[in-house]
Amino acid sequence: MNYRMIKYTLGWLLLFEAGFFLVPLLTAAVYGESEIWCFAVSMLICIAAAGLLFIGRPRSRVLYAREGFVIVALSWIFLSIFGAIPFVLSGVTPSYVDALFETVSGFTTTGASILPRVEDAPRCILMWRSFTHWVGGMGVLVFIMAILPLSGGQNMHIMKAESPGPSVSKLVPRVRTTALILYVIYFALTVLQFVLLLLGGMSVFDALNTSFSTAGTGGFGFRNDSMASFSSYIQIVVTVFMLLFSLNFSSYYLAFKGRFKDAFNSEIRVFIAIVAVSTAAITLNIRDSFATVGEAIKHAAFSVASIISTTGFMTVDFDLWPQFSKMVILMVMFIGACAGSTGGGIKVSRIIILFKGIGREIKTLLHPHRVRKITMDARPVDREVVRSVNSYIMVYVLVFFASMVIVSFDNHSFTTGFTAVSATINNVGPGLDMVGPTQNFSFFSIPSKLVLIFDMLAGRLELFPMLLLFTPSTWRNK
Amino acid sequence: MNIIIVGCGRVGQTLAAQLNEEGNNITVIDTVAESVKDLSARYDVMGVVGNGATHTIQQEAGIDSADLLIAVTGSDELNLLCCLIAKKAGNCQTIARIKNPIYSAEAPYLKDELGLAMVINPEYETAQEIARVLRFPSAIKIETFAKGRVELLKFRLPESSRLVGMSVKEVIMKLHCDILVCTVERDDEAYIANGDFVFEGKDIISIIASPKNAADFFRKIDYKTQSVKSAMIVGAGETTHYLCNLMQKDGIDIKVIEKKLDVCEEIADKWKNVAVIHGDGSDKEILLEEGIGRVGAFVALTGLDEENILLSLYAKSVGDAKLITKINRVDYDDVIRHLDLDSTVYPKSITSDIIVRYARAMKNTVGSNVETLYNVIKGKVEASEFIVRENSPITEKPLSELTFKENVLIAAILRGKTVIIPRGHDVIKPGDAVVIVSGVMALHDICDVLR
Repeated sequence: MNYRMIKYTLGWLLLFEAGFFLVPLLTAAVYGESEIWCFAVSMLICIAAAGLLFIGRPRSRVLYAREGFVIVALSWIFLSIFGAIPFVLSGVTPSYVDALFETVSGFTTTGASILPRVEDAPRCILMWRSFTHWVGGMGVLVFIMAILPLSGGQNMHIMKAESPGPSVSKLVPRVRTTALILYVIYFALTVLQFVLLLLGGMSVFDALNTSFSTAGTGGFGFRNDSMASFSSYIQIVVTVFMLLFSLNFSSYYLAFKGRFKDAFNSEIRVFIAIVAVSTAAITLNIRDSFATVGEAIKHAAFSVASIISTTGFMTVDFDLWPQFSKMVILMVMFIGACAGSTGGGIKVSRIIILFKGIGREIKTLLHPHRVRKITMDARPVDREVVRSVNSYIMVYVLVFFASMVIVSFDNHSFTTGFTAVSATINNVGPGLDMVGPTQNFSFFSIPSKLVLIFDMLAGRLELFPMLLLFTPSTWRNK
Repeated sequence: MNIIIVGCGRVGQTLAAQLNEEGNNITVIDTVAESVKDLSARYDVMGVVGNGATHTIQQEAGIDSADLLIAVTGSDELNLLCCLIAKKAGNCQTIARIKNPIYSAEAPYLKDELGLAMVINPEYETAQEIARVLRFPSAIKIETFAKGRVELLKFRLPESSRLVGMSVKEVIMKLHCDILVCTVERDDEAYIANGDFVFEGKDIISIIASPKNAADFFRKIDYKTQSVKSAMIVGAGETTHYLCNLMQKDGIDIKVIEKKLDVCEEIADKWKNVAVIHGDGSDKEILLEEGIGRVGAFVALTGLDEENILLSLYAKSVGDAKLITKINRVDYDDVIRHLDLDSTVYPKSITSDIIVRYARAMKNTVGSNVETLYNVIKGKVEASEFIVRENSPITEKPLSELTFKENVLIAAILRGKTVIIPRGHDVIKPGDAVVIVSGVMALHDICDVLR
């Protein structure tokens, strides 16, 4: 294990985090808020820690798969530990664990909050929360890679570990250029949304926060009622952008290159179908509680987009909806966004492969000797990918249940425990019952919060990097 | 530059690694998913799985924006087809590896009529390198610049040599030789030698000189300089074919040992003077019977690296033949160097060197071009030849007044037919060919050597 290189990369990461603090720092300066010192101090702490990590330059810059996973997992942990400092210093959160929960929820783009009254928090803190979403959405290390030539070809291991989806492919030969392209798309879409929101009459602060939150598919609100009090225009813009950010970003690149057929692949088609069917189903189910059908469609679409993209904004409290609608919401929560997007969940492409795998098993029962390959977009899916999807689902279920068992010690309702875990592991944010859209997570005990923090990180990094950290053989030099 | 490499074999791998290192955008294509995956995990290159000779796959690999396509699969026909399709599909240069002597004899036609930029035949290039060393067996490796007017020779210093303990300056003064010592390899270190460098036994030294001066130098340090009179070759592949041809021209007695009867007959048919032995070249008895202890040179050219190494080591133990060993695997060269095998040839590196040279020259359209490029010490030191154009900042000033980067050595200047081994007062003029030895930094222009 190349410990020095890991240390060195983490050092760079903290320097970048110090840079990230500039955003809330500026916000505080603009609004003349006294909490500016919290960010200044946090910045200094980050720079000092980075200095310590830079001691002992790496002898070799080679990173193998193992280092790649460890770097990614540790990076996200470090990022959250240091990112939590302003919350503690400003006294917004009662304890460090709460601060950590809030930060992890931010970086993993979950959007589950422990703040009971968001409006009371200073604006710089709110900006920092939204900004963590934006940074975490596309991945921090991908961002660093786009800027720094950290190591040679082995960057691919890092990108694989950080990017969501069963298989990661490059857009162009170089990892760095690929990362750069992804960030340019991300940035452009964010700016576009920001402008559209401004046109809808939102204030600059609100529009920035909303854009950051939507782009990362995070969902931290800056009002207690989330998006409910905004105009229909803004709600529709947010709906559209939540969906746009949950599409595979490489499709944008392919479309830009004129390869529309490749861009509009089966994953995206299935995703759109799921969104359409779910919206229709919920609309039929809740039609009576709204004045017009249009209103019902708007709220249904917003909720479905918000949950499937794993953002977690809300316009109405869907916890009050009929059982069927809640079930649909819960279902799309697990499905999640497309691979290669900023969203969480199991990912549509995994679901497709899983269902095709089931189909193949059934057909194999009928014709035991028939040879079949799973294909997607007329291409055979690598056996390795199919295997990894299956094991991903297994591990997902295991982690899910293990987490539920620990959370159950808190003795809340089954729905609360179940949806708390699923809202965190899928990086959604709101669940049902006590963790419903209008509630928050502050009532959980410290062990439960720690478990949920782990779930958020595991969900964002697609389980394995986090699990590897707790596997002894990762650390043994064998 | 955007480069597509079809074929992820050893040549493909070496090329991908080196061209990627030099800042090109590489996409590799292979039908075997596993090879593509391995390669794109190891280096920062994009991989496409599929048949590189199809338009769809080339399109996917970005043929539209590619500047160069290199086809180095195992099949000549496939390579040619790849190049043809690429030529039609995109606007790029193409390089094909062609092994079969029948096709390679038609290289000029292929280049002119089919629009290939380069046809490279690794076996032929290898045979040429072997033939060069046989002509001058004191060296373990010879590279030529400017059509053979300047040579870069590598040799190993025995511990008993009179050069041991002398510095580079003293050697030049005492022997009155117009040569230039470029690099010294000692253990695993490589040095670009300056005047105060002191030689030790077992050093591997490379010098640059004209062929005549080189011969003169070796005579003065008591090396045998006569060319080899007889040679034994084990294994009769394509390389052997070309080698027989070249060696016959040099008047060397050749004995070829080969397992397959039909191959034996083919060679016996083609070259009446070559003694072809049908038998297992790894059979000790056959080797002894055919006089392995008495031959002037022993060339191991079987398809197995291990067998080649073993045979050469055996030949060394029973006689004092000049040894040449062909090795396909490039990765373990640092281990093989310690085996004291005399000369080793790596067909894969020879091929990739030539292609890299072409790619580098292509990248560079202004200023001076890279004419020749050799890896003197793999991955550490390379020698390149440039033609100096008008108005280059390096001209019209004595070398002593120019400030060079570290690890750069102006090794030779060729002006017309004269070879100048440069000293401080010499001046580079436009039109000169200049040989530069440098720590690897991918020189693209002669001005890159200036600080």
